[in-house]
This record gives sequence, C-alpha cells and structure tokens, in this order.
Amino acid sequence: MKKSKVILKDERFALTIDRLCHQLIEKYDDFKDTCLVGIQEGGVLMGNRIVTRLKEILGVDSLEYGKLDITFYRDDFRTRIKPLKASSTEMDFLLEGKRVILIDDVLFTGRSVHAAMTALQHYGRPENVELLVMVDRRFNRHLPIQSDYVGLTIDALEESYVEVEWAEIEGNDQIMLIA
Amino acid sequence: MATELSTKHVLGIKYLTADDIQLIFETADSFKEVINRPIKKVPSLRDVTIANLFFENSTRTRISFELAEKRLSADVVNFSAASSSVKKGETLLDTVNNILSMKVDMVVMRHPAPGAHFFLSQHIDANIINAGDGTHEHPTQALLDAFSMREQLGDLQGKNIAIFGDILHSRVALSNIFCLQKLGANVKVCGPPTLIPKHIEKLGVKVSYNVRETLKWCDVANILRIQLERQDIKYFPSIREYSQFFGITKPMLDSLDKKIVIMHPGPINRGVELTSEVADSEHSVILQQVENGVAVRMAVLFLLAAKR
Repeated sequence: MKKSKVILKDERFALTIDRLCHQLIEKYDDFKDTCLVGIQEGGVLMGNRIVTRLKEILGVDSLEYGKLDITFYRDDFRTRIKPLKASSTEMDFLLEGKRVILIDDVLFTGRSVHAAMTALQHYGRPENVELLVMVDRRFNRHLPIQSDYVGLTIDALEESYVEVEWAEIEGNDQIMLIA
Repeated sequence: MATELSTKHVLGIKYLTADDIQLIFETADSFKEVINRPIKKVPSLRDVTIANLFFENSTRTRISFELAEKRLSADVVNFSAASSSVKKGETLLDTVNNILSMKVDMVVMRHPAPGAHFFLSQHIDANIINAGDGTHEHPTQALLDAFSMREQLGDLQGKNIAIFGDILHSRVALSNIFCLQKLGANVKVCGPPTLIPKHIEKLGVKVSYNVRETLKWCDVANILRIQLERQDIKYFPSIREYSQFFGITKPMLDSLDKKIVIMHPGPINRGVELTSEVADSEHSVILQQVENGVAVRMAVLFLLAAKR
C-alpha cells in the first residue's frame, strides 16, 4: 500500500505562489517584452495561478500568457505503457526576441522541459528562457536542466511520486508526496 | 474517453469504433493548430519510415499524406506502380515485402483491388493505412469529410447528410456511410438509379432519386464525381443529361430556406455534378476539406505510430 503525505498546503501554498510572483517582478519589473508559457496540463494550472496573482500585484489587465502542449514533442511517446493524449496549444503570439518564463508544476527528469524547449523554437527565437516550477525534485534529473524559480525543493526517491493538487480541480491547494 | 486506437491498421471505417473516430478528431484538432503555425512541423515520428505505395493515380491524397508525414518528421519513400517492377510481373506481397525488408515501419497504400489492404494486413507486420482500395473504402477521406462537417455543424448526432452522384463506383460513399452512421448522423444517397447499388438500404441509408427534395432534407450535401474511368458500360445517356437532372446549381441552393454545407472530395468536374458558382460559393467548404485532410492524416499516422 502506498503512503501519501501532504508536504505543503493552503496558506503556505499561497505564500509560495506570492513569493514566486515577487521574484519574477524583481527581475522582470513591468514585464515588457516578456511572456509566460505554461506547459499542459499541470504547468497551465500553475501558470493560471501565477498570472492571476501577478495581475493583482501589478494592477494590470493583461500579461502575455500562452499554453503549450508538448505531446507531439515528447521523446517517449511510443515507449510509454500508457498512451499520451494531446491537449490544446493556445499561443497567439510569437516569441521572437522576447523573454520567456516557462512554467511547470513539477520538475522531475527534465524531459518535459526539454520537449517544451523544442516546441518553443517553433514560435521564433526568444531572447532568453527561464524556468519556474512549483516543485523541483533535484536529485532525479535525466538531463542537464535546472530551474530558475522554485516553489519547493524536494529530495525524494526516483520511484516516489510528487503530485501538485489545485483547488479548481481537486478541491484543495496542496503538494502530496506519494511513496 | 479512449486514448489509443482499437486497431493496428486503418483498413476501413468498418473496422473503427465511434471512440476511435472521436479520438482521431480530437487529435486532428491539435494538429490543425500545428499546421497553422509559422513552423508547421513537430518531431513526433522522427524515427519512423513510411512508404507511400500508389498502385493507382492520385494527386490530392498522395500530397496530403506526404505533407502529413513530413510535418510529423517521418522519413518518406514514394512508390508509384507506373514506374516500378509491378510492370515486370511482381506480386503485391513480394513488392511490399521487398520494401519492408528495407526497414519500413508503416505503409500507406492505394490499390485498385478492393480488399488488397486486408489481404496485406494478414501477411505483414507494418501498420497499414488504406488510401483507397478500388470501389471499396477510402477511410481517411471519410474521416476528413466528417471532421469538416463537425467543424461546420458541431456534433453530427441526428444531422442529415446527403451523398450525391456516383454511389456505385465510389469508395468515398461507402466510407462516408459507415463513418457518419457511427457518429449518429442520418444518411441519404441520391443519384440516378443506375448509379445507386441495389440493396444499399440494407446499410441503413435512405435512397432518393430527386435532387431538389434531397437538398431540402439535408444539412450537408457531399457531392461526388462521376467516375467515368470505372464505368464499363453506359449508366446514363450523356454527361449533359446527367448534369441537367442531377447537377446542383446556385438557384437550387438559393431556393432553400436554410443554408446547407456543400462538400466535394475532389477532383471536381465543374459543370457536371455541380456548377462553378456552387463550388466557389459561400456554401462550399471544399478547400477547407483539403486543409483538414492533412490534419486528419497526421492524427491517423500519429495514433497508429503510438500502437507500434
């Protein structure tokens, strides 16, 4: 029987989102020539939250925000036991010359981020790309990919599973460690 | 909702389930977004080699498949019977086995013999996609037709779809009938009695010989070409007479109290089954069909590759 443990929830979860937003503001100021891109599907839920909070803090109506599906870019789509199903991509702008903040919920092996960077190239050549994640499982990387903004760093065994749950989907904001 | 196809080959719509068709449509939605990007290519099939075997002439289907394959980053080899050893007396199975021994993963084939793909699927290991077998089936055409209808009308459940023209010689008609029925649409065929197969009602379709009445009934008119190259005897007195009795004109559409969707799988014979005015009217989605063809074929190739 697998055991699950809540490692972050509610108020601390909200504080973490706030901290990440302030870290972004410190670097990007008014977000000129900057866009945020969430990776489907967990990264989009995270991205939605970050963008909503950023708008509140900055007092602006809109930020350039896209949703990127990476199904067609994955290197494991024919070796997985479970087949992948595509989600929608909503990117109605080009990245040419822009600063991009790539958002995902959990950084684990680095393969999703690798696929996302391949996908990003198809929207032009960005000025630079940074990575924001809610959870960084720092000792489980398969590729040389690191995060720039981290909500929570977790040291867990390869076979354990980290899940970020969202109030709008699961009813609670929390991070679970399932081992 | 299914996340993978129930079958390893796409031999005909007959062998697909309604869930398969929905999955193909949902995947095609994503690919339609991809082919409208500045860079229309994804790396999904970069380790897959696909042979396009065309034992019968084709422009649209062949280009559409080839573009779909290239936009998925697959390696592609093309073969046409006219310039091959088939002329020297090689059998179909030998030809295909020779190509497969060069490590080809998928086969897209058009063949004049109905059932050629089914025969092949019993003997080889690669995924097979039917790009038309004689007068039997043309599954990807039916999928792209239904996908285009879905774009215009939403869910096809309960919608009235009419297929006009040479039903007897048309593989598009049969695949369309299977596909639309699996999606819950009502299907009617309309054409001269000589070009409608006997006992077609047994497939659950309605039959009409009256174009005006059928136009009034339908939400979509899928108009087929007269396949003179397959007609061994005279099925109607003259092309002129056919177009007078069964050709669709703009005044006919204007006289209807609703806007119907006009579709045609191509190639169009302007002035025969429909007038230029109709083909170029705001009713017509003929060119959207061609665009959707690439997205739908990308979806089929992608989903089959996942089954390998």
